[in-house]
Amino acid sequence: MPKYGIIGTIIARHKKDPSRLIELMRDVQKEVGYISPEAIAAIAEKLGLSTADVAGVATFYHFFSTAPAGKYAVYLNTNIAAVLKGRAEIAAAFEKETGVKFGQTTPDGLIGLHETSCIGMNDQEPSVIINGVVVTKLTKSKVKELVAAMKAGRDIRTLVKKYGDGANQSRLIRAMVVNNIRKKGPVLFAPFKPGSAIKRAVTWTPEDVIAEIKRSNLLGRGGAGFPTGLKWEFCAREKSERHYVVCNADEGEPGTFKDRVILTELPVLLFEGMAIAGYAVGATEGIFYLRAEYAYLKPYLENILETLRKKNILGKNVAGKRGFNFDIVLKMGAGAYICGEESALLESAEGKRGEPRDRPPFPVQYGYLGYPTTVNNVETLCAAARILEKGAGWFKTMGTPKSAGTKLLSVSGDCKKPGVYEVEFGLTVKKLLEMAGVRDAQAVQVGGPSGNCISRSQFDRKICFEDLPTGGSIIIIGPGRDLFEVIHNFMDFFVEESCGWCVPCRTGNVLLKKKLEKITSGRGTDKDLAEIVAWGKIIKAMSRCGLGQTSANPILTTLLNFRHLYEAKINKDLDFISLFDLEAAIQPAASVTGQKLAEVHHE
Amino acid sequence: MNKIIFKIDGKECFAEPGQTIMEAALENGVYIPSLCRAENITPAGSCRICTVRVDGKYMAACTQPVANGMSVENKAADLEDMRKSLIEMLFVEGNHMCPTCEKSGNCELQALAYRYQMLVPRFPYQFPVRTIEPAGPKLLLEHNRCIQCLRCVRQVKSKDGRHVFGILHRSKKRKIGVDHGLAAALTDKTAKEAMDLCPVGALLKKEVGFVVPIGKRKFDKKPIGSEFDK
Repeated sequence: MPKYGIIGTIIARHKKDPSRLIELMRDVQKEVGYISPEAIAAIAEKLGLSTADVAGVATFYHFFSTAPAGKYAVYLNTNIAAVLKGRAEIAAAFEKETGVKFGQTTPDGLIGLHETSCIGMNDQEPSVIINGVVVTKLTKSKVKELVAAMKAGRDIRTLVKKYGDGANQSRLIRAMVVNNIRKKGPVLFAPFKPGSAIKRAVTWTPEDVIAEIKRSNLLGRGGAGFPTGLKWEFCAREKSERHYVVCNADEGEPGTFKDRVILTELPVLLFEGMAIAGYAVGATEGIFYLRAEYAYLKPYLENILETLRKKNILGKNVAGKRGFNFDIVLKMGAGAYICGEESALLESAEGKRGEPRDRPPFPVQYGYLGYPTTVNNVETLCAAARILEKGAGWFKTMGTPKSAGTKLLSVSGDCKKPGVYEVEFGLTVKKLLEMAGVRDAQAVQVGGPSGNCISRSQFDRKICFEDLPTGGSIIIIGPGRDLFEVIHNFMDFFVEESCGWCVPCRTGNVLLKKKLEKITSGRGTDKDLAEIVAWGKIIKAMSRCGLGQTSANPILTTLLNFRHLYEAKINKDLDFISLFDLEAAIQPAASVTGQKLAEVHHE
Repeated sequence: MNKIIFKIDGKECFAEPGQTIMEAALENGVYIPSLCRAENITPAGSCRICTVRVDGKYMAACTQPVANGMSVENKAADLEDMRKSLIEMLFVEGNHMCPTCEKSGNCELQALAYRYQMLVPRFPYQFPVRTIEPAGPKLLLEHNRCIQCLRCVRQVKSKDGRHVFGILHRSKKRKIGVDHGLAAALTDKTAKEAMDLCPVGALLKKEVGFVVPIGKRKFDKKPIGSEFDK
């Protein structure tokens, strides 16, 4: 046994490589149950790091804990779709059955209840992840069954009795997750012959591959919409001994789950897309960064990579192209929304806290380990492979003048047919709602919390970069819902997921949320409405990265599109109401002494 | 290499390629307020107080390279108010009691609050529960006053280059962490340097205090940025 016992073994397994710190810690978390102070000290010593830095990584990610997380670590997500589908009841059932609250572990260390952000299962909520196993569509009785099984010491995998459709049934996945592919389009979900894209690409020069992508007008599918061809060109132009391709499979925007379906059903198309990107920018290595929530797909995806090596779609002289060597390494995340931001993702892939970098330099100049890197979304790489297979001209026949091709939409919330829809850009929201079997939506959240909340009068608007851009998240809010519940949920999400690096995002969002609470509790005035807009603008302007630059959107877009709801909450006859609520403040004291509020508090 | 010519609030300025807006501004005698920035340390862009506006876009002057023909807005009234709001955010997110603070008069946060004539913050005080922690035998880490500028994280290192200070947690729970083993090796000299590096009273040298009386300290004599004000 090496020094430090099991922790020493794990450190050795990862070759004392600091860039593998996340993988190493994932193993410690899994095998020891938490990142103990002893583990932090041992890792720091062996890897030549400061314990402050190691503890920094251990305390950054949702799926790491510095206290025992339970032999069974239950992660229930806080996403609004789960809330709409009865999350509160499920949470209460877990607490009742285990006897502990969320954030706690049972005294015997058996079951830990934890909260996390969106786990990419919006179309089958409420869902939990228990020891990496996804359990979907929970009911109170299922929770009872789950907890009983945990108390009996059973393997969670044995509780998954019915597998989902398609590859979810494959030997290496065996998940109860369902794909919910509602509409297949001509780009992503059309039949694909493995190898056809990369084989065609390597008959061209890398410059011509980039030119073809540029001609296609392919824009990044993660939401920001940066031209993919241009990104590849910038990266290829940088003089360096090495270049990297990084696939961003960390879809964390609440409500998006389309990459989950691509990874399950179209991994070959995706990995071919990575190889094509590698060929274009001159990379020999690709990093596939997979969000921790999708760890259940890891063995399956690693097996696909191995198959592709055997088929010469990866490895030496790829697709028969002499001198073009390219392989893909799978790296895991550990739960953090911010890691979907490309520079934060690179930090995380290097084994650090997933905090964004200052730009410039951009990743195409200074990316993974400092080398020029193109970071592309899963769906973007798939579309790129299709473009190389079928041509830019074909691709441009679909969509709108500025948004070519199709888009995968993840539709969830109050609708009959939640799931993935591949539609041409330019589709109206109204048409999408019809497809999803929605007749009476009150509001539609386009692009997740960081996007835009639109009202009925705007349902003729089009989903495309010219009008309503989206990374794919579409959450439908039905007529009977309290929209403020949705807005509060989104603000809680941003407060929780802010990395805290910069002041406006770290503190501004907390202040914004408190202001919103003041208004919705009926203590707001016109002045509060004016202030919440002003504060939102400050946070947008002064924040360091996209998170803080969009975190005020749930409030700002609803104030624009649903102002009457706010107006109905505020006091019109008063100029000012103090934030300090005297009655609430003396309530605890009054309840201890048994006095009525009126007896303690005299006007 | 050719000189870069650019403007700050209409004033013609010159810069070397590769310089940030902040570096170029200071060389041209233009003051851009900042808190997290310190001489000879890689910028972190964490306080955002040096945010300027170029073509309607907001950017941190400490991290943004200056470019030829740039027209930088630095003193626009709305921009100055947003900077002031960040200072106010810092006051409400922590627990800052200037009259009892060893750093009063040497504190850059306090000095900027005076410069921006902050009376009462526009935001409600958060009164967070924070602790005081030893950082080796020579230093105290006063979390109540920490503004997470990351100067100590970036600059204070052991002889073999490891960070004495790190960052723990995220969101509003985020705070500075200490490698207690490495902190134990700090000498009187390096501990004093760490304290002087801290813009506020979060890192304090133990067993000394109020050697220079309040009223006779750095910013008591010369308000922050005053050397640039004509």
